[in-house]
Formats: sequence, C-alpha cells, structure tokens
Amino acid sequence: MLVLQAIIDGVLVGGFYALMAGGLTLVFGVMDIVNFAQGILVVLGAYLSYALYAHLNIDPFVGLLITVPVMFVIGIAIYWSMIKPIKRDRVIMSLLTMFAVGTVVEGILDYIFTSNLVAIHTSYVNSSFKLGSLVFPSIYLYAFAMSVVLLGGVYYLLYRTRFGRSLRASMQNPTAARLVGINTDWVSAYTLGIGVGLAAAGGMVFGLTNSFDAASSYDLISRLLAIVIFGGFGSLSGALIASVLMLVIQDVVAVTWSATWGQTTFYIVLVLVLLIRPQGLLGRKAVRAQ
Amino acid sequence: MKLHGKPGPRPRRRASSLVTAGVAAAVALVIAGCSSSGSSGSSSGSSTSTAPITIGISVSLSGDFSGDGLATKQGYETWAAFQNAHGGILGRQVKLTFLSDGSSPTQVITNYQKLITVNHVDFVMGPYSTLLTKPASSIANRYGYVMLEGIGGGPSVFSQGLHNVFDVSASAAYQLITFAKWLVATQQPEPIAYASMTDPFLQPELDGARSYLTAHGFKSVVYKLYPLETTDFTPIASAIAASKAPVVVLGTMPPDGYAFVQDLIQDKFSPKVLIEASGPDQGSAFIKAVGASNTGGIMVPNTWYPGSTYYQNTQMVQLYLKMFGGTANNISADVAEAFSAGQVLTQAIDHIKSTSNSALESYLHSGATFSSVQGPVKFQADGENGAATPFVFQWQKGTLQDVLPIGVGTTKPIVTVKPAWGANG
Repeated sequence: MLVLQAIIDGVLVGGFYALMAGGLTLVFGVMDIVNFAQGILVVLGAYLSYALYAHLNIDPFVGLLITVPVMFVIGIAIYWSMIKPIKRDRVIMSLLTMFAVGTVVEGILDYIFTSNLVAIHTSYVNSSFKLGSLVFPSIYLYAFAMSVVLLGGVYYLLYRTRFGRSLRASMQNPTAARLVGINTDWVSAYTLGIGVGLAAAGGMVFGLTNSFDAASSYDLISRLLAIVIFGGFGSLSGALIASVLMLVIQDVVAVTWSATWGQTTFYIVLVLVLLIRPQGLLGRKAVRAQ
Repeated sequence: MKLHGKPGPRPRRRASSLVTAGVAAAVALVIAGCSSSGSSGSSSGSSTSTAPITIGISVSLSGDFSGDGLATKQGYETWAAFQNAHGGILGRQVKLTFLSDGSSPTQVITNYQKLITVNHVDFVMGPYSTLLTKPASSIANRYGYVMLEGIGGGPSVFSQGLHNVFDVSASAAYQLITFAKWLVATQQPEPIAYASMTDPFLQPELDGARSYLTAHGFKSVVYKLYPLETTDFTPIASAIAASKAPVVVLGTMPPDGYAFVQDLIQDKFSPKVLIEASGPDQGSAFIKAVGASNTGGIMVPNTWYPGSTYYQNTQMVQLYLKMFGGTANNISADVAEAFSAGQVLTQAIDHIKSTSNSALESYLHSGATFSSVQGPVKFQADGENGAATPFVFQWQKGTLQDVLPIGVGTTKPIVTVKPAWGANG
C-alpha cells in the first residue's frame, strides 16, 4: 500500500513539475534556447502569488489571472530586449543571456523579499481526503488538474490553431517558415511568453507546497533540465511523462529503500534511456540539425 | 682614488647591489613588521593601538543556508554593536568584515583566505553550519588563526584534530540528549520514526538521540535519510504516517521542517511526540509556513531562548530588536549562537590583553570558563563546549516555551501529548 501511495504522490507531484518543465521544453523546441532562467522565473511566479496573497488576500489560483499575463509580458520583453538583438552565436549567447537574466532576477528577489524563507499558507494547503488508506492531498489534486488544463490548452494552441501551425513550422524549419511569410520573431516572442507564463503557474504551486527563497531556483533548474532531457527537448508530452516517471521512481525508491538513492536511481534510469535513445523519450532525432 | 685604483664597473655594481639589497631588506622587514602586527595569526598584537579590531566572517547570504546565514550575520552585528557601545575590546572598536559564501564549502575557503591574506583581519569567526565550519577552520588553522564559532558543532569539525577551533554551543551529538533523557525518564519504550537530512550536523544529532533511545528499549521503526536537494518529502512523510509511530524525531533544516509538518497534516497523522532539529525555532516564519493552529506541542532543541537569564541575554535581545525589529520570540537561535562566540572572544581578549591568535588559542585551551547568552562555556581538548546544557523548547498556544531540562532557567510544564493538528494547543 505504501508503494501505491508513493506512485500516487509521484503522479500528482509530477503533474506540476511538468507544468514548470513544459515552458522550458517549449522554448527550446522553437528557439533553440536552453532557458537557464526557468528555475528563477518559477520562483518569481511563486513570489508574485505570495505577494498577492499576503498583501491583497488574493487566492493564489485566482491570482493566476494576474500573474500569468504579467509573466507572459515579461517573457516577451525578455525576448525583444535581450534575445532578439543577438546577431552571432545565438545559441551560446542566448544561453548566457538567460543565465544573466536569472542572476539579475535572483538579486532583485533577494533585495525585495530578503533571503528569509516564505510560504503561501492557504486554508486548503493542509487538507486532503482519504480513500481507504490512500491519501490524496487537495493541493496536489488541484495542481494536477490545473496542469492538465494548462498543458492541454498549450497542446490545443500548438495543434489546433493558426499560431500553433506557425509555431510548429518555426520549430521544424525556421528558414522555410520565414520564406512562407511567418513572422518567426513574434512566434519566438510569444513562445517565450508562454514558457514564462507556465512558470508563473508552476511557481504558484511550488509556493503552495514548499517554503522558498530566491535560492530555491538552483534545485529546481537542475531537476527541470533533467526532466526535459529525459522527455526529449522540445516535446511537451515527453516533459509530462518524464516528470511523472521521475517523481514516481524517486518516491517508490524512497519508501522501499532510501530517499538518498531515490534521486540517484532516477539519474541511472536517465543515463540508461539516453544510451538507448539519445534524443530522450519523445524527442525527435536531430531535430535541430538544419 | 688612485690608491684604490680605478674603480671598475663590476665592483661598483656589486657595491650598488649590496646597498640596494640592504635597503630592500630593510624595507621588507619594515613591511613585514607592519603586516605582522596588523594581521598575522601569529602576531603578538598590541594593546596600545587605537585602530579597530578587525574580524572577518564568511556568511551564507544566498543558497541553502541563506535564512540561517542572515540570522548568523545579524547575531555578529548585534554583538559588535553591543561591544562598541561598551567601549569595544581593549578600548578599540570592533569592525566586522563579511563575505558571502553562497552556502558553498568551496567559496567559504576562498572567503577566509581573502579575509586573512588580503583583508588582514585580526581574527576570524565561524560561518553557519558544520558543512562550512569544517573547511573554514582548516583554512584558519593553516594561517595560525583561532576560529571561535557557535554554529558548527558536527563531529566532523572536532575530528579534524585541529587545536584552533572552539564551538561555544552544544555539539551535534548532544543536541537531542536532553529530549532523549526526558523520553526515557517519563515514557514506556515506544516505536520511534526517524528521518534526517544527510547533513554533517543534523544526522549526528539524530543518531546521537537514536543510539541513546535504542539502548533504552525504544525501537526504531522508520529510519530515512534524504539529501539536501530533496524538495518532495511526501514519500518519507507517508512512510512515517504508515508506521503510526507515536514518537517522530526529524533531523531537519527549516524548509524540510515546514514541509514535513504540512505533509504529516495531509496524511492526517498526528504523532504523540514530534521534535524537529530545526524549523520550529524560526519563530514567525514557522508559524506562517505551517499555520499557527498546527504548531502546538511541536518541540525543537536549542541552546538559547529569548527569556533566558544568562549573561547579557536581556541586553542582546533589546539591542537586536532595536537594530532589526520584530519580536523577541521571533529571534533565531542563530543570533544568540553568533553573539555567544563574540562574547567568548571578548572575555578571552580582555584576559590576555592582546590580539595574538596564539595567545588566544592557549587561553581558550586553559580550562577557563566563560559566560555567554547560552550559558557557561568551557572548552574540551577538541574544542567542544563541555559545559553546554541543551534546552528543549515546545510550541504552546502560539509561543515557543522553554520546557527542558526541568528546573533550569524559567521552564514551563511540558505538554506530553501533542495536540491534534489545528487544535492550537
């Protein structure tokens, strides 16, 4: 029963990790950018939700109506002000740029909120319901449901809309996309905006389930990168599967053996998968070879 | 001139070289002398100087220890302000130099090297945590500096064989011993669930209590260790809840201390006795993280509390509140631990009347007893405080109360059965 509980925990927690990793993989898929700032942007999302809740008493889920658009605009602003002007060595330079963005954001957050840990403590954070001996924490259920809705929305955007076709065309062949009249700059800007907007939603859940400070981003980014590599860079569904698998593996190993070995076991599985499928679970082979 | 012959070029150069070498040697000696008197760890110091006494400290203002790092810095700052308001040390003002280490054992080495060799501070004091104190004390030892510290009491610090490190607080293995003795004295042997971060201070703390309790018949039904990077504690909390152990002992840092409470509430499991190594001692941050109504009965070991009547504690609390605001109950124990290190340094320097690190080290090893806001301090040969008496605190109706050891200080009666979650007991 403990193993079943660990699997349930892993699936539920994995859901909101997918939300955080979804933005990272989407941005890479379209822009060839490994967004090293994603971890701190998640924490920024958590702080925005915290500020709205602590100072204006706005429920974090309701607050997403404010934080997601704000973060979306921040993403677009980052693109036009810092990524677009890069003319040479775009992949490497943008990687360094995003690292710099992360460092600056961390400094600002440290200055405003200090390095004291904070947590978003709403009335439903501690609630849960039991099914037999199995426990379902409410916050993880809400977060999982929200992840499904948001990732489903992004999936719909990608595969059922004109923008999605433009975006996928930009992913597959940016040069050809430009030749057929797609404004790849705006597609990239919107993509970064969506990725950062997803970070706002993921950050909100992170803030509800963990106490955090700006430095929490370091543990986050390493996990998010592992998820994206495991799932395959650029694959949303890959990120979802990898998130759930990572958390399930870690949780099951933690209850049956040792939490210390839980993370190690996941990385062993990651290496084995990459030996067989270097592109990750659902990544496309040589997707960016052009 | 002729008598001596025409001075050829070689002899003249040799003479010139000798003069230059002599001047250079003299200059070097003067510089070395200045440097030595100002900064070297082996200097004899000067009690007649009016220049400030400089003290270098590496603090964790970012990274995993940032919360405690800030409190540590505030503790040192409070001590320096207090001392300066009371005439400084040997009539000289105290000047602190802080460098941030990002909670990194690598950076802490760089910081202390810089403080000693570039900043030429007179003394160094300890960073936050055993993890950082161990490399820091080793560097200090290399340069002949004493390291007085209050927040690095893990066994690995004392097992280095160094003679320059002195911990003014209770060491790790004894942090939970007061709690363990109370449990043995008052309760029948019961199953206990243990979980701890694999930290060089926290794990020995947990293991120290576990050894004692196991020897007294308390069976260990869960023993889980987790790495520092862990952010999801639900599986460990589930294992604890499934064990239904009436006593839960957790070797936590504040973030995981908060998370475990939240996860145990979600699991609808309220143990009879719950003690966390760290987290509940964070005052309002703990209340905000877990909810005030869930704090009742939770215990935490510590070496200090705001209402203590120990040496200069009242003054420290008043000055801290004046400098940093808040309320007395929200002052982190890290503040007192850092302040204590400063107090011992003050008393020792006042006694030896010198800023010589070697004289200081000898005196600290002499068996002298010092006073601090945490109580008496007397160093054993390895640098541990053999006179330390760890307290146990318990949240009772929204206030962190001193409950153990009974009869020491202003203890309140202990709540032996933790109230249910939400009961605000």
